[in-house]
Amino acid sequence: MTKFIVILLSAVFINNYVLSRFLGICPFLGVSKKLDSATGMSLAVIFVMLMATAATYPIQKFLLDPNGLGYLQTIVFILVIAALVQLVEIVLKRYIPSLHKSLGVYLPLITTNCAVLGVTILNIDEGYSFAEAMVNSLGSGLGFFLAMVMFSGVRSTIEGSDIPESFKGLPVTLTAAAITSLSFLGFSGVIENLFPM
Amino acid sequence: MINDILTAVIPVVIIGIICGAVLVIASKLMAVKEDERFPKIRECLPGANCGACGFAGCDGYAKALCENPGTATNLCVPGADAVSKQLSEIMGVEFEDVIEQVAVVHCAGDCNKTQDKYEYSGIPSCSAAKLLYGGKGSCIFGCLGLGDCVNACPQNAITVVDGVARVDPKECIGCGICTKTCPQKIISLVADVEKVVVTCSNKDKGAVTRKVCTNGCIGCKKCERVCPLGAIKVVDNCAVIDYDKCTDCPDFGVCAKNCTTGCIMLSDLSGMHRFKEEVKA
Repeated sequence: MTKFIVILLSAVFINNYVLSRFLGICPFLGVSKKLDSATGMSLAVIFVMLMATAATYPIQKFLLDPNGLGYLQTIVFILVIAALVQLVEIVLKRYIPSLHKSLGVYLPLITTNCAVLGVTILNIDEGYSFAEAMVNSLGSGLGFFLAMVMFSGVRSTIEGSDIPESFKGLPVTLTAAAITSLSFLGFSGVIENLFPM
Repeated sequence: MINDILTAVIPVVIIGIICGAVLVIASKLMAVKEDERFPKIRECLPGANCGACGFAGCDGYAKALCENPGTATNLCVPGADAVSKQLSEIMGVEFEDVIEQVAVVHCAGDCNKTQDKYEYSGIPSCSAAKLLYGGKGSCIFGCLGLGDCVNACPQNAITVVDGVARVDPKECIGCGICTKTCPQKIISLVADVEKVVVTCSNKDKGAVTRKVCTNGCIGCKKCERVCPLGAIKVVDNCAVIDYDKCTDCPDFGVCAKNCTTGCIMLSDLSGMHRFKEEVKA
């Protein structure tokens, strides 16, 4: 049990996909302007990360590894994730239109998100079991959610403040993102000391 | 060698085919029926998402047309008659004329006619300036000239000239976004066939108005008396033209000529739609 908690917490705080691993920067900067779109995007990411792990983990273990095709990992994962997201979109549109509407444009956007691909590949690299991989995906999604929501707050403060002309727009956003990710460095070592193995 | 390549290529191809097949089957099985008129209607609409029709953007209007059979086809003001014609064709209903409209700023108190009561150096926004003693101008009803409407206008049809917003009728699509944005509520939509406008919104008594702006309506009711159609009424010390009555004036321009302060003005509102028709003809 402790192991799951450790995996979950470290995925959220220490190995945060956006702020520590620098994956998924594109939606992090693109969709974090407003809180509601940031939340929508993050929920879609959590959902897709879980689905993608559930789909790619068996493929790696039962198809690629036994046939010595481990090097095809990246291309197969991209293929499967893209198809999966499209399928999920079709299913949602048919059966849960309300959810489809709230996830809206974000679902297809995630199709080629590197954070999703990163989670699935790192799950294999870390040698997790299926359950551990799912927990790690959930934690990564939650970490993405945390980063997005936090940063949308930071950005709304930036919007209202007086910024030098040459700093307006992307420069100040990137600087703020850097400082936010620095603050997450403060978490390093916390989990190891909380749950000594 | 060739075997190695094949063992790599074949699984990927198979996975690809399976994924493709699943997607095709899923999209066929779980297709959500869309009204086939929807894309056609959506194509006709200008896509400015201005909301003049009263629905949430062009998609909203197209959806309403599909789902509620009674929805009028002449609601798209920017698209004007051309769009209305296409829509009525698609919907199979009678063509209805669109009343093309143009935004008019009911204030002409530029810096020659009125003075500032203080120097404003805060956020350059009308709604912010209004919070500070009703704006920097000595007339608290007039245009603040900081350009909230300029920023809101999707067509860049508004400019601030000498401290007062001016709408270029040739650019204005009549969406009415500026009328909602203006914190002073001095912009309104007027049918583009009209030739007379009141350029003042001051509701103070004549003497007070006169002190703050030489263009201001002092509510002398001279226009009421000279208007042969009884279309002008002074409401709250400010002249208001009832455009329903102001048609085919036998003594055109008499109100503007007789206006004491000159706040009733003759002006050519023929907007872009009429302009386009003229060019075509």
